[in-house]
Amino acid sequence: MKSLVIKDLHVNIGDREIIQGLSLTIEPGKVHAIMGPNGSGKSTLSKVIAGHPDYTVTGGEVLMDGENILGMEPDERARKGIFLAFQYPMEVPGVTIANFLRAAVQARLPEGEELEATEYYYRLYEKMDLLEINRAFTSRSVNEGFSGGEKKRCEILQMAMLEPKYAILDETDSGLDIDALKIVSHGVNVLRGPERGILLITHYQRLLDYIVPDYVHVMVEGKIVMSGPKELALELEAKGYDWVKDEEPAAV
Amino acid sequence: MSEPKGDLDLDRSIGDFSYPEHHAFDAGYGLTRDTVNYIADVKGEPDWIREFRLRALDVFESKPMPTHWATKDLETLEFDKIRYYLAHGQRPTRSWDDVPEDMKQTFERLGIPEQERKFLAGVEAQFDSEAVYSNIQKAIGEQGVIFTGSTDALIKHPEIFRKWFGKVIPTGDNKFSALNSAVFSGGSFIYVPPGVKVKHPLQAYFRINAENFGQFERTLIIADEGSELMYMEGCTAPKFETATLHSAVVELVAMRGAKIQYVTVQNWSSNVFNLVTKRGIAHEEAEIKWIDCNIGSRLTMKYPGVVLKGRKARGEVVSIALASNGQHQDTGAKMIHAADETTSNIISKSISAGTGRATYRGLVHVPKHLKGCKNNTECDALLINTDSRTDTYPAITVRGTGNAVQHEASVSQISAEQIFYMQQRGLTEGQAMSLSVNGFVNDLVRQFPMEYSVELKRLIDLEMEGSVG
Repeated sequence: MKSLVIKDLHVNIGDREIIQGLSLTIEPGKVHAIMGPNGSGKSTLSKVIAGHPDYTVTGGEVLMDGENILGMEPDERARKGIFLAFQYPMEVPGVTIANFLRAAVQARLPEGEELEATEYYYRLYEKMDLLEINRAFTSRSVNEGFSGGEKKRCEILQMAMLEPKYAILDETDSGLDIDALKIVSHGVNVLRGPERGILLITHYQRLLDYIVPDYVHVMVEGKIVMSGPKELALELEAKGYDWVKDEEPAAV
Repeated sequence: MSEPKGDLDLDRSIGDFSYPEHHAFDAGYGLTRDTVNYIADVKGEPDWIREFRLRALDVFESKPMPTHWATKDLETLEFDKIRYYLAHGQRPTRSWDDVPEDMKQTFERLGIPEQERKFLAGVEAQFDSEAVYSNIQKAIGEQGVIFTGSTDALIKHPEIFRKWFGKVIPTGDNKFSALNSAVFSGGSFIYVPPGVKVKHPLQAYFRINAENFGQFERTLIIADEGSELMYMEGCTAPKFETATLHSAVVELVAMRGAKIQYVTVQNWSSNVFNLVTKRGIAHEEAEIKWIDCNIGSRLTMKYPGVVLKGRKARGEVVSIALASNGQHQDTGAKMIHAADETTSNIISKSISAGTGRATYRGLVHVPKHLKGCKNNTECDALLINTDSRTDTYPAITVRGTGNAVQHEASVSQISAEQIFYMQQRGLTEGQAMSLSVNGFVNDLVRQFPMEYSVELKRLIDLEMEGSVG
């Protein structure tokens, strides 16, 4: 079965349960948005799917195309097709974007196979043109001294090069002014396609004006409490998260 | 240290190996006046060198181990269990078939050319090094450049050799320079005549290959007025040596307006004590630059220095040290300003992985009477694991007014979040570490000649693989 299936997931950090029985299915070709107030566990969900070592899964499964990925190292999950665009991308001093991506693409080749440099650069420049990114960008060190907007563009460029099956975008809109938001959204929209499932995590409805999701889910206190079509986001914007909390008993 | 046996059987870690040796003649174990006389006899040296050696032996014996500032690990050296000289032509012979499989694989992974591998594995030189070396000699000889071994030079070119030998680094400079002065053999001698700019880097590789490695190399390079030269020693492949103590002395002289660049890349096996004294004298408007990369060894102590003797002389040290499990890289630089308007620059980056320890020791000296001197020192340390260690001991004495000194130091650690970020892109933990380390030294690696920088990257990858997990 082709899809990313999260089944009754329970996650702790230390003794505290952050995710309390969350289920969600992301099919290829679909964009799901998860909205929710601060502290609802949205970012935790993204990191758990990617395999961050600080979190302990105490119950449930995450299946990618039928295979449970929870026992895998983060890099194995990544090579199998999970991509996380970070809310706060890390700096890698002294390593250029071009070299970083080259190592990442190389890591996906079978053992003993060498990446062909000219082909690689051809593809890199193709993606950069697609995302309207200046050529000089990739000779800068990864995220070093980048503005918020540059960091997010760098994430989207990596996503374009690595062509994941399932991409999770964690608060991609945070810290962006409206121009940067438009540029980054354009990038994500270009990368939408029938082969790719996307999970957008956001606090604000604003992002969803630019990246229009197929489904909207509302997450409160580690659980999805409401799901609906894209219009749900607008309703949420108008009425606020308290409305969902009040509605919660009815929605379950 | 293991007891010496007729057949050496040393316990070595990854990539290291042991093999039987058959020495028909050598100077035996231990160091006495007889050992020194034996070396002088075998090499057919003039009396002044014999006397120089014997005096050096006295100095060596009179000096204590420098453990009041250096590591106590030096006390484990047993001087009477070391062989100080193996005569040329009496070296062990062994074939490529004797070289263990894992070592051949290391060469394979480093991408070392076939012929070079045999040399590095200690297989008797069977190939054209002699020819390559004599071609180089012939080409530069037309410009009047002398490029030969130290013994050959002191016999054939005494008028130049004797004038400079032991002048930059006097015998009594330290205990190990005295040791080297007593038992030195091998090493290069280069003289570049006034105004001659040697186009291609001179590589020790071809020369020492023709004559075999020495444990106690002695190198003397003289660049006469306005001349230029780049010298490269070592290579990134591990050196598989049977001897556990290596103590070289390198002296450089840059006459007025001359430029010398001295590039070293060394990767020692993990049982080696590598205790080296390197110094240059830069006369008026001359420039000496040490580019130095130290990997491996149990303990390396090396502080390349420049004495800035003439007005407007410049000195520079660029160094990278990588200390993995059980290794201690104690490296740094010395800049002695001795004339007005002299400038010095020190850039040092060290990486400590596993239980590795990197120590930076720097000395910058600007006396009170000088004017317009500048020094810039930057030393950055990167720690890979929580039990890695780094220490910095900068000693900067600047007196007088109108002299400028700048010192920056940083210690950083690769964060778990950075590794997670890189792993999320598909790199294994080891690959993520390697790439981070390569990024850390990237700006310095670019200063190395092209072929070295490529090999260095591969070598860091290999070293880091062993430090993860």
